Amino acid sequence: MKLLKDAAYTLGLPVLLILLWWIGTLGGSNFYVPTPAQLAQTFVDTWFSPRLWEDILPSLGRLFAGLAAAIVFGVGIGVFIGSFRTVRRVLEPLLEFFRAVPPPVLVPLFMLIFGLNDQMRVFVIAFGSVWPILLNTIEGVRGTDEVMRDTASSYRITRVQRLAYLIVPAAGPKILTGVRQSLSIALILMVISEMFGSSSGLGFLISYFQRSFAIPEMWSGILLLGLIGFALSVVFRLIERRILRWYHGLREVQREG
Amino acid sequence: MTTTAFGRRRSHRPNAVVNMALGLAGIAGLLLVWELVTRTGIIDPRFLPPASEVLVRFASMLRDLQFWREVGETMTSWAIGLAIAVVAGTIAGFAIGSSRFLERATRSTIEFLRPIPSVALIPLAVLLFGTKMQSSLLLIVYASFWQVLIQVIYGTLDVDPVANETARSYRLGRLQRIRHVVWPTTLPYLITGIRLAASVALILAITAELIIGTPGLGKAISDSQSGGDVVGVYAYILATGLIGVLVNLVARLVERRTLAWHTSIRSELAL
Amino acid sequence: MTPEPSGAAARPLLVVEHLKKVYPTATGGVEAVRDLHFSVPEGQLVCIVGPSGAGKTTLLKCIAGLLPITSGRIELLGEAITAPPKAMAVVFQEYGRSLFPWMSVEANVELPLKSAGVSKPERRAAAADALHAVGLDDAGGKYPWQLSGGMQQRVAIARALAYKPKVLIMDEPFAAVDAQTRADLEDLIRVIWKQLGVTILFVTHDIDESVYLGERVVVLSNSPTVVQDDVVIDLPAERDQLTTRSHPQFAALRSHIYEQIQRAKHNRGTETASTPTVLRRH
Repeated sequence: MKLLKDAAYTLGLPVLLILLWWIGTLGGSNFYVPTPAQLAQTFVDTWFSPRLWEDILPSLGRLFAGLAAAIVFGVGIGVFIGSFRTVRRVLEPLLEFFRAVPPPVLVPLFMLIFGLNDQMRVFVIAFGSVWPILLNTIEGVRGTDEVMRDTASSYRITRVQRLAYLIVPAAGPKILTGVRQSLSIALILMVISEMFGSSSGLGFLISYFQRSFAIPEMWSGILLLGLIGFALSVVFRLIERRILRWYHGLREVQREG
Repeated sequence: MTTTAFGRRRSHRPNAVVNMALGLAGIAGLLLVWELVTRTGIIDPRFLPPASEVLVRFASMLRDLQFWREVGETMTSWAIGLAIAVVAGTIAGFAIGSSRFLERATRSTIEFLRPIPSVALIPLAVLLFGTKMQSSLLLIVYASFWQVLIQVIYGTLDVDPVANETARSYRLGRLQRIRHVVWPTTLPYLITGIRLAASVALILAITAELIIGTPGLGKAISDSQSGGDVVGVYAYILATGLIGVLVNLVARLVERRTLAWHTSIRSELAL
Repeated sequence: MTPEPSGAAARPLLVVEHLKKVYPTATGGVEAVRDLHFSVPEGQLVCIVGPSGAGKTTLLKCIAGLLPITSGRIELLGEAITAPPKAMAVVFQEYGRSLFPWMSVEANVELPLKSAGVSKPERRAAAADALHAVGLDDAGGKYPWQLSGGMQQRVAIARALAYKPKVLIMDEPFAAVDAQTRADLEDLIRVIWKQLGVTILFVTHDIDESVYLGERVVVLSNSPTVVQDDVVIDLPAERDQLTTRSHPQFAALRSHIYEQIQRAKHNRGTETASTPTVLRRH
């Protein structure tokens, strides 16, 4: 019974919206808006085809490569900067600036520097999405509990182990907040880096469909990007829940207490 | 007790001056290194022109009316888009958050729509509005609406049920309850939402100009790039970064002013 | 391994001489500890009491090698302390902030050993022994925050025991737990001390606790700190929450220390006790 109710809550509004859309497009052929059935058909035809591995997978590959580089460098450099008060204070205004630069402006710049190729795209994604991770890592490292630091020193925990067992886990919640922000920036950069002078990839395809007035295909591209965004956020949440199991448990205990 | 007092003692006022000095040293250091690596030819000036050239160009841009027109165009679409998103997000947030039924019924739809990258709507915007400002607005509003909406919903869910019951027992009407109970609790969340939305809106304003070609700073960057004007690209990027810093600073200042009494710190949300 | 509870003849294990600690501030510096000396012979259980704000934590952090001292000397086993020494373990008051919440109880206890290069089976065994000693045989796989406050502090004690220190430093370890748990933990400390022969430096602001636990109580003055008094606790070695606390000598010692602390509140580093006080009034 409860399950049924949950399902009704989850599916109710989406079903209603699709129904409205269906009724709205019943009257015949609106040039701009395809019917639900049309869109579903187009979606299958457009994406369950060689485009899956010729466009979608390479796009996602670049996304993950860029994101992985951003995480590695963001956490690595962030731990370094966060560990030294003076370094942090020297770099703070610069980091504030780099964070505030709207990441998409990097696309034309990197095109100039690296030319139009896949390395440039990965680089744009990495460079654009590194800042939230970097800044959050610095914040997290700086906020490491004083008593925990004292504990580690008094037990003569070695430098490397202190990083692995104290500093990085303590900054974990902050780091993952940064990664979540980076995820959306990376996705945006993936799309627009392909809208410039590219002949493959998701970003290229949806603007190509739009230019050639293939409206249902364009919509199916928007839908696909939406699904990818949604899937990424779901996967991220699962991973986050797993890594920060201790954190959520601790928070719950603290809330009750 | 003693440890916290000791910890506090270490970080105090005069630090602000030291911080500023160190920060300025950091900026000066970067500019110096930048100048040196380009002057000595370690980095090809075709890719990274010397810092001095970029700064000189930036200074001359500041005296150029064209630049200020572009700033005005970008900031106009930023302000209009942000305003629409804030108003819509607040109204929708209060409506959804004040009803248990609506909150549960809309949750899945919001969870699905929110992560859609707003740039996915670029083709649609071009199709509907071409290079008019409405194209920018569509992207800006879509991206920043969620920031406000989610925060406002969090805020209304955070309302103390006891306070709400008390208000109800004194026979306060629905509107009065919103005015006296829900609104004060939600305000801090709303302000946070606006701060997040403000920086997201700026990113999307410039992105739209860059890709769609609506007039503004973003278009100026892509024009400089296609004209091979490397110095110009850097100078414009510097300008967008500084505007970004300014937006962040003002938003954080407003947030701190309004929320001085509010102790909790909430984690940031995604774009 | 069983020590002489009085420890009178043993050579001093820990020596604090003319300790001075000034915190640097923008306005010149705050003197927390002025001129402190005392020594602790091997195997003794010493309690340090003082009015709140007496610089107890400062003293402790200096002894633990966590804070650089301004002048004077702190010696453990004849060597000056400049960094956290190997033969020392610290139990902090804030157990919730001293145990790492992302690691299991077992991993928390094992971490210092892992860092010291102890092999995995040995670590396992040491951790199991230590957890057994504090009565937490089944908690190894849990996260610290899944346990009650008193149990978390037991984990912190187990971690210290597994490290096998010569000196165990405890900074108001039971200040944040309820009265019943506190009594249990006090008895646990007595048992551990007697079984392992470890030297214990126990800082507390609770006079009763200091008399109940210690062989000796060092009373600190108000900050800037000096030693106000040094009292020998000549209670029977077998202590018990009921009989010991109702012992007439317990009451005498308690009121003596109480008076000293009242005086200490007004004493800011002017006088220094030179010889230990012994109350004889049976």
